[in-house]
Amino acid sequence: MAEEVVLMKGNEAIAHAAIRIGVDGYFGYPITPQSEVLETLAEQKPWETTGMVVLQAESEVAAINMVYGGAGTGKMVMTSSSSPGVSLKQEGISYIAGAELPCLIVNVMRGGPGLGTIQPSQADYFQTTKGGGHGDYRVIALAPASVQEMADFVKLGFDLAFKYRNPAMILADGVIGQMMEKVVLPEPKPRRTDEEIIEQCPWASTGCKGRKPNVITSLELDPAVMEQRNIHLQNKYAEIEANERRYEEIECEDAEYMIVAFGSCARIAQKAMEHAREEGIKVGLFRPITLWPFPAPEIAKRAKQVKGILVVELNSGQMIEDVKLAVECNIPVHHFGRLGGIVPDPDEVVDALKEKLIK
Amino acid sequence: MKHEIIIAGFGGQGVLSMGKILAYSGLMENKEVTWMPAYGPEQRGGTANVTVIVSDERISSPILSKYDCAIILNQPSLAKFESKVKPGGILIYDGYGIINPPTRKDIKVYRIDAMDEANERNMAKTFNMIVLGGLLKLMPIVSIESVVKALRKTLPERHHHLIPMNEEAIRIGMGIIKEA
Repeated sequence: MAEEVVLMKGNEAIAHAAIRIGVDGYFGYPITPQSEVLETLAEQKPWETTGMVVLQAESEVAAINMVYGGAGTGKMVMTSSSSPGVSLKQEGISYIAGAELPCLIVNVMRGGPGLGTIQPSQADYFQTTKGGGHGDYRVIALAPASVQEMADFVKLGFDLAFKYRNPAMILADGVIGQMMEKVVLPEPKPRRTDEEIIEQCPWASTGCKGRKPNVITSLELDPAVMEQRNIHLQNKYAEIEANERRYEEIECEDAEYMIVAFGSCARIAQKAMEHAREEGIKVGLFRPITLWPFPAPEIAKRAKQVKGILVVELNSGQMIEDVKLAVECNIPVHHFGRLGGIVPDPDEVVDALKEKLIK
Repeated sequence: MKHEIIIAGFGGQGVLSMGKILAYSGLMENKEVTWMPAYGPEQRGGTANVTVIVSDERISSPILSKYDCAIILNQPSLAKFESKVKPGGILIYDGYGIINPPTRKDIKVYRIDAMDEANERNMAKTFNMIVLGGLLKLMPIVSIESVVKALRKTLPERHHHLIPMNEEAIRIGMGIIKEA
């Protein structure tokens, strides 16, 4: 049978993909521009088909702690929100990272700070990749640039989360959440049985009859033990950094200049690249797909052939810090961004390219 | 072939749903499509716009600087988007919503009195489909058959009896659009 192509919003694709790959539980709280995730799940009623739990919690804080509890039992559990809501979840995310549990968090970013605006933004890059909550922890961050990737990254996020027992986050924005595009959804498969979970997750709290109890906690009062636990986490993060960097390069082979952009900005920058190439300017686009681990070695390699880099973001300059670290000041790295919910059009990016980089 | 279109007007005029039907119709013909609404704290009476791209090839940006065609249904949208039509491109406006018509000479300007026609025929709810008919007359982006297929796919079954009226509205639009 030919695969079915459907047209839907990025937020709807997240919900449909979650049902189809056999997610056990979704806990959320509505907020623009991601409310369609919860709305679509409520419409689809997966509790009647796959048995997936869908629950609108009393707050974002409650939702992330329901995720913490569900994840502790080895279930595939997730939550979604937008920037102010994701700030509320940070304590829970730190606990989940500390307890080494797998889960998926979706952030469809909007403009901040504070309650900000409901329009698209990428100003949570620092929050996502540099911490967010307290302590030395990392979250695997995937940045979709299409509705198809919104659907695909639900499975990828859970695969990575379970592989490393670590929270994974889909870091999207209002553009990717609200736009409609063609998408092929994953093949439906049933949720894992209790027996499969016990076999696959020997660390989980699944009932300890006949074995030693598993204790799920991030608390350790003995600093010597806590240091060892931190070292173990850092070793795990080093392994993720070595193995899981993902990126896309578009027309970089002959590039003299390079744009680095993620998510919706990468789409806008690609059009800018097309315009610039029509004028004879050889520009390439480097799109980090994982924001952590950051594809720094790949950017450094490509930087050897270009005269300069323009980083395009919906913020005042966040990912640019990682790009600068990657190229170690060997070539000029400039920034172009719009703030507070304003999205640039491709011509603005071309103008910035000429003004800041080519001169 | 690639068509880059903006549809702009008041909330409640069916701007977003017209764009959605156009995008779905493109899907019916296996084309690449994007539908990007200017979402916001919009409400009936506020301004609404949507960018629709229908293309034979993969689409890069869903957000554009310039458009092949702008469909303008109220005065504030004309002020915002007249300058963003590509030279040689098309601007379609509804005579009811526009008091001061477009002034550019390097684009093709068409007028469609869709609101008046819809009211006269007691088909107010098909206003946006009349406008869509006008667009498809000038730019045959998709066939009427594909639009009907798209309506069948997107409308809940209880509304399927309205599809012939929508098809009629498209044909009316094709008949009444004229050079301004």
